[in-house]
Amino acid sequence: MGDTLEPQTFRVTRADLVRYAGASGDFNPIHWSDRVATGVGLPGVIAHGMFTMALVGRAVTAWAGAADAVVEYSVRFSRPVPVPDTDEGTEVVVTATVKETTDEGLTKLVLTATCQGEKVLSLAQATVRKR
Amino acid sequence: MPLDQSFVGRSWPATEPYQVGREKIREFARAIGATDVEYHDPAAARALGYADVVAPPTFPVVITMAASRQIVEDPALGLDYSRVVHGDQRFAYSRPVVAGDELVCVNSVDEITSRGGHDFLTTRTEVTTVAGEPVVTVWSKLVQRGEH
Repeated sequence: MGDTLEPQTFRVTRADLVRYAGASGDFNPIHWSDRVATGVGLPGVIAHGMFTMALVGRAVTAWAGAADAVVEYSVRFSRPVPVPDTDEGTEVVVTATVKETTDEGLTKLVLTATCQGEKVLSLAQATVRKR
Repeated sequence: MPLDQSFVGRSWPATEPYQVGREKIREFARAIGATDVEYHDPAAARALGYADVVAPPTFPVVITMAASRQIVEDPALGLDYSRVVHGDQRFAYSRPVVAGDELVCVNSVDEITSRGGHDFLTTRTEVTTVAGEPVVTVWSKLVQRGEH
């Protein structure tokens, strides 16, 4: 209880967003066009929320030990993840804390994801059944 | 213009079956940097107890996002997609998606609200096999930002 899992850092570049757009079918131009992104009031191209959620999901499945261990997974996208057009892009840091383990053997994790020190998710949690 | 409240509680007919391909799962896993063998290698996936390569937990959004066009692209709803950002996302899994699944989606609108000049639309998608086996329930909350 209260265990904090080793933080994981994920690098995110424009190339990652292009690849995710193709793989997911989400071609919203705010994820690849600075012109469109700034035109709707964003600081520039931002990551797909679902890309951030997928990275956090990798951390969860790695911790749980299997893809089918995840019973429930939910997030709120509280702040965009701007991805500059540089080789380095940006970084998303994921942490997880064990909130409780139920009598049925389910473990509830409270998750955080930050970019440039700012939380980009809130109310992020996963329920896993460890193998 | 506010969203049409009469959409709350509505459900839509099941979508055409989506055939989950092995290469699509591999492509999605590569795109999110998931290198574990169960996402890529059918033999390794079977050794771990899956019927074929298994999809990462957020993969169902590939299917449900396309399916939700039934709702969000209906002009009667009044959603301006250029002002939409993703608010919340939730998955409740009965089992993971695996290659070879043939999945259908039944969409509903759970909630439409307004706050601070923004409109919020919560959709629920029940994803099942064509035979009716539950796979995952997916909720998405979309935010239509106010025009300022």
